[in-house]
Amino acid sequence: MSQWKNFSKGFIKENPVFVLLLGMCPTLGVTSSAINGLGMGLATTFVLVMSNIVVSLVKDFIPDKVRIPSFIVIIAAFVTVVQLAMQAYLPSLYKSLGLFIPLIVVNCIVLGRAEAFASKNNLISSAIDGLGIGLGFSFALVLLGGIREILGSGKIFDITLYSENYVTLLFVLSPGAFIVLGYLIAIINRIKKD
Amino acid sequence: MAKRESTFINMVVTLLLVTVVAAAALGYVYDLTKGPIAAAKLKAQQEAIKKVLPEFDELGESFKVLKEADGDSLEFFPAFKNGESVGVAIKTYTKKGFSGYISIMAGIDDSGNLSGYEVLEHEETPGLGSKMGVWFNNSEKPNQNVIGKNPKTSKFEVSKDGGDIDAITASTITSRAFLEALNRAFNSYEH
Repeated sequence: MSQWKNFSKGFIKENPVFVLLLGMCPTLGVTSSAINGLGMGLATTFVLVMSNIVVSLVKDFIPDKVRIPSFIVIIAAFVTVVQLAMQAYLPSLYKSLGLFIPLIVVNCIVLGRAEAFASKNNLISSAIDGLGIGLGFSFALVLLGGIREILGSGKIFDITLYSENYVTLLFVLSPGAFIVLGYLIAIINRIKKD
Repeated sequence: MAKRESTFINMVVTLLLVTVVAAAALGYVYDLTKGPIAAAKLKAQQEAIKKVLPEFDELGESFKVLKEADGDSLEFFPAFKNGESVGVAIKTYTKKGFSGYISIMAGIDDSGNLSGYEVLEHEETPGLGSKMGVWFNNSEKPNQNVIGKNPKTSKFEVSKDGGDIDAITASTITSRAFLEALNRAFNSYEH
């Protein structure tokens, strides 16, 4: 598999949200606006790349029976780094993502890539895999958040498009997340068929 | 390098090493970000105080007032201009929001009226309860505006409960909680 394919598979072919349906909890929870989706996506991307790199470096050192706890500790360490850095330098984003940042630890995308890819491949491939999957995840979250923000609050990236009097509030609330996600998955499935 | 076998000693050593390295790295990052985090928090607080009070040039020492009812305290930030008091900002809170805790900075000017407020923390529903940041600060709609009022002249309760303030459409619980937080600030202000 060429590195380009390795990188680009995360966007459509193996998109964690639309195809693998992994990490649904933060996906549905934080995407009430495009900027929240972007913040969450990039935070997850950072954790994915770093944990993939470290896991692929230490994979031969870790005995099979304790690999899951070791991976979780590695992932949790990076998540805490992200959390502290965000609190220090992006306090307003931290405020809106709040609870979901620590939950990256148990995001099955991260552990899934560590287990299924990084523990079997070399450093470069693992880093590229993490980057591709992470950006694919961010892309999905921004798309989902963007659509919900446009329909639900009449804005995109906080720029007002039309008056709040005509919005469909439903799309910012949780049912809207499910509805938009359902349609997006259907569209992606249609594209993938061709 | 061959994969290490899962013997007892190998597993213990590996887990120990992984956790020790992770702990050391986290300790280092914590130390690095401690300062900026405290600074960011302080800055957010200062900006909120600036927003809710009339112009001032000096902040007095902040102090806490104990609320005996539930053991929590409110923080007071008196403000001065040219040495004269212009009002006090009070960091108040409620636990009755639709999703629990809401924290609000309320400014009370020298004549005892609310000069402004700023929602510091909340987890209310986006698009509904989260509108409280602008809803109660609308001078075009006197029935939902709270700025310039005080609980002595107008009753700080939603109109559904017999008060003088219109609740946010579809967010009565948030509105009740918001007004409760303001009342809490005024109650301890009077003491």
